[in-house]
Amino acid sequence: MTALTFPAKFECLDEIRDFVGEKARTSGFNEKDIYSIQLATDEAVSNTIKHAYEGISNASFKLSCDFKDDCLVITVIDHGKSFDPSKVALPDIKADLSDRKIGGLGIFLMRKLMDEVRYEITASGNLLTLVKRKG
Amino acid sequence: MEVTIKEFKHCNMVSVKGRVDSATAPQFTQALDAQMDKGVFNLVVDMSALEYMSSAGFRALLAAQRNCKRYNRGEVFLAAVPDRIREALELAGFTELFKTYADSLEAVGNF
Repeated sequence: MTALTFPAKFECLDEIRDFVGEKARTSGFNEKDIYSIQLATDEAVSNTIKHAYEGISNASFKLSCDFKDDCLVITVIDHGKSFDPSKVALPDIKADLSDRKIGGLGIFLMRKLMDEVRYEITASGNLLTLVKRKG
Repeated sequence: MEVTIKEFKHCNMVSVKGRVDSATAPQFTQALDAQMDKGVFNLVVDMSALEYMSSAGFRALLAAQRNCKRYNRGEVFLAAVPDRIREALELAGFTELFKTYADSLEAVGNF
């Protein structure tokens, strides 16, 4: 299992997208799926930095990315404030410009782009799992 | 990410290059705000050299469209949107909120 530790800063997003993108590419995903995986991971990590570690400096989180049983499995483990994406109201994507909500879009995209999004509170921290099936 | 501005008679073109994510979106927002602060509310966002945009960038576009369309004073057009970014915008239901043109000069011509 490949797990890396990143500082909870938005500046790490480039490296994270490269990391999961490379893993997806060598696992044989097509360009469209690679972009989806990078975008979903970015949204997950951005939420962790923004919400779980709100107001906390020097925080870090762990990210792993593995390919098994034809699935790319990405996990994000943080020790910040628990934040269950399934409890977040999804934006109404049919709403008019004036009624369009700004929040919840990242989680909405994550769920649309990936086959599975799971959130668990475990002994080793908040665990977010993203799964993309190949083909 | 890099932003360049080109002024036209009826609108300004904001060309955004590279990647817009949570780290760079504030800079993109600032560039759009600077146009609106100058009183320019007809904007073409040229995405021909854009490689990547997350929801942080989508939010910047939404805020700009709201501001520009207020009092019917203007509008944001999107131009030369790369396929992957267009697919994500579609997923988020954003393509209905923006007129989109294949070519940036075609967008300029429609103001």
